[in-house]
Amino acid sequence: MTQKAIYFALSVVMALTACQDPSLDLTSAKSSEIRVVGSSTVYPFSTKVAQEFKNITGHNVVVEATGSGGGHKLFCSGSGKETPDVTNSSRRQKKSEFELCKKNGVKGIVEVKIGYDGIVLANSLTAPNMDMSLKDIYLAFAKNTPVSDTDCTLRPNPYTTWSEIKPDLPATRIEAYGPPPTSGTRDAFVEIAMEGGAKEIDCLAKLAETDEGAFEVAAHTLREDGLWIDGGENDNALVQTLVNTPSAIGVFGYSFLDQNIDKIKGARIEGIEPEFENIVAGEYKVSRSLYFYLKKDNIDFTPGLKEYALEFTSDQAVGEGGYLAEIGLVPLQGPEREKIRADVEVLKTYSQ
Amino acid sequence: MASSSHIQNSEALETETKRESQLAAERAKKHLKSRRAREWRFKLWGRAAVLFALASLIWLLFSLAGTGFTAFQQNFMTLDVELTESVISPDGTRDPQELRGANYRRVLQETMYDLFPEVTERRERRDLFALTSASGATHQIRLMVYNDPSLIGQTVTLTVPTSDNVDQLLKGYIDRDLPESLRKVSNEQIVWIDSLKKRGIIKKKFNTILFTHPDSRDPELAGIAGAVVGSIMIVVIAFLLALPIGVGSALYLDEFAPKNKWTDLIEININNLAAVPSIVFGLLGLAIFINFMGLSRSIPLVGGMVLALRAFPTIVVATRAALRSVGPGIVNGALSLGASHTQSVFQQKLPLAAPGILTGSIIAMAQVLGETAPLLMIGMVAFVTEVPNSVTDPSTALPVQIFLWSDSAERAWSERTAAAIIILLVILILMNGLAIWLRNRLEKRR
Repeated sequence: MTQKAIYFALSVVMALTACQDPSLDLTSAKSSEIRVVGSSTVYPFSTKVAQEFKNITGHNVVVEATGSGGGHKLFCSGSGKETPDVTNSSRRQKKSEFELCKKNGVKGIVEVKIGYDGIVLANSLTAPNMDMSLKDIYLAFAKNTPVSDTDCTLRPNPYTTWSEIKPDLPATRIEAYGPPPTSGTRDAFVEIAMEGGAKEIDCLAKLAETDEGAFEVAAHTLREDGLWIDGGENDNALVQTLVNTPSAIGVFGYSFLDQNIDKIKGARIEGIEPEFENIVAGEYKVSRSLYFYLKKDNIDFTPGLKEYALEFTSDQAVGEGGYLAEIGLVPLQGPEREKIRADVEVLKTYSQ
Repeated sequence: MASSSHIQNSEALETETKRESQLAAERAKKHLKSRRAREWRFKLWGRAAVLFALASLIWLLFSLAGTGFTAFQQNFMTLDVELTESVISPDGTRDPQELRGANYRRVLQETMYDLFPEVTERRERRDLFALTSASGATHQIRLMVYNDPSLIGQTVTLTVPTSDNVDQLLKGYIDRDLPESLRKVSNEQIVWIDSLKKRGIIKKKFNTILFTHPDSRDPELAGIAGAVVGSIMIVVIAFLLALPIGVGSALYLDEFAPKNKWTDLIEININNLAAVPSIVFGLLGLAIFINFMGLSRSIPLVGGMVLALRAFPTIVVATRAALRSVGPGIVNGALSLGASHTQSVFQQKLPLAAPGILTGSIIAMAQVLGETAPLLMIGMVAFVTEVPNSVTDPSTALPVQIFLWSDSAERAWSERTAAAIIILLVILILMNGLAIWLRNRLEKRR
């Protein structure tokens, strides 16, 4: 009995395994959904558009969070059905990535700027309020800092408490949890906050003009003595850490501050609160642009691709009070938005 | 003389041996005591370990149940929506394409504003509208009108989820006593919510959405249906591929293969494979199935094939252990009655080993069900808004869904993440229960 059952089961299994083969052909024929890859910062906005777009048009959009760098790599692997149609990016496409695209035969790329994202330095509600300048940020987190404003001899960062940098900052230990090096948020934090802070020091500003490489090393290297801690990509865990460790500061995107205002608060930077209105107005300094890149070559065989881009740039999505603003995207201002919308309508390609 | 001295000697010897044996007994007693103490200590450590494991498990389950249980219920609002023709189909053509893209948001806004006619200011109205799940409600209206255009002009009653913030407030996750600036829900909104609750418009119900919907960007509309179907497809494909190949290789290696350097090497490699980090299988899958064979990303077919590789060594190891546990008497008996080697293996040994093989395979499948890392490499960590219909439709898997939800910003995701983990655990318990039941059943038969 048992043995017959086993033989039967085995033969069924074999038969079914064999059946797998014909379905393989289907995969190459079927690729009607829009494929989006890229930045995990843009992911929440991209998925929202994907959902609304699917509801309205019925086109299926699959969004993968691969990170900005991973997204460009996949996007530029070639043109054709099996390659992504769109990549999200929390920074501009690099020259090298653009070259890779060209090399692999991607002919037309449409660059679409969708809005801004603030990067906040937040701490627990129970911790003291912080008000820092970009220079303070640079002095707190750089690996090597100049001896003085005029003498740019670099020495290992001597600061261990905030009050050593500026007396009106709290006398607590510098302890920051930030995004890991693979993150676009980290790139943006380094490029905007650290570099901006470094340029406020006279001799480093001069160095930036004379020796760009040396300046970048000085400005972009974060300290490695344990006071800056590379957190994971999970920002919810980071928020929890901040609540449990009131002395710590966390670096992450504005939307996580917005969703956790009952637990954490953002530090003022150059006296400006990290608030929606301030980021829109461009007064809050540490904010970056978010983009997506569309492969024009794929429009012919990915139905709905252009319409997806139009939905992403429509008033109901990125307009004032649009559904993306509701979930924390800081939208572009009127004239710039209209220009970008017009570019999408004619699918204007860009080059670097 | 000689004899007396001999007697004396033997007496002395006797006392000597007596003393010695006394000493030995004492030593033995001491030794026994320390041995018992050691045994007692070992038992204590054992109990402490078991207790610690149990306590951790109970703590995990309670914390999960504590946060996750509330996700099985959700607040819904019942709305009477007037499907105004002038808004939905202004020109009256009722063209399907136009019906799809019509301004249902406007329809829904009017409905919400009618609930509180005294609210007229623009900003206030926006806050009022934010009480409902805009995306879910508009889509529900859209589907209704699209499927039955004759409804235009009538008033329909709809049950739609409230927005995630309202739901979180009513469940007590948003603290009403906090100052207004620290809450996602304003004072005015709380007044409206309480009024709607009193009027019976907002009601808490069982959260069917969680089980019937695919993933969504809005927590109140998100469900695990797509991920569960994806996971089932992956597990089935992995099972269909890994079981025959795994059992076949184990049988061959154990029973038929010549014992030489090559088979030793293969054996070591298979055992090694069981310990390889699972992301490596993902890389392998990416290289072979996607880059070389040209299959699409994010499809359960590739996921199943990759995880079949993951399950294969576990099945081989379990099968070989099960085969070895069958006593030699049975095989020898069969051989002595004239059965061939092959017959004895397939007719005697394999059926007796079947319970062990089955248990091993089901445990391997439980592993497959819980795997996330390799799926990351083959693009299954993705946002998919459709329940997959075939193994070549894009899809995610349950653990991936948990991973994605846990990383989302809105507060409402945390209870849903916990709920999804509970569901995953329940499925795993069911699978392991099935393994035990099958084993007992098959063992009884023989």
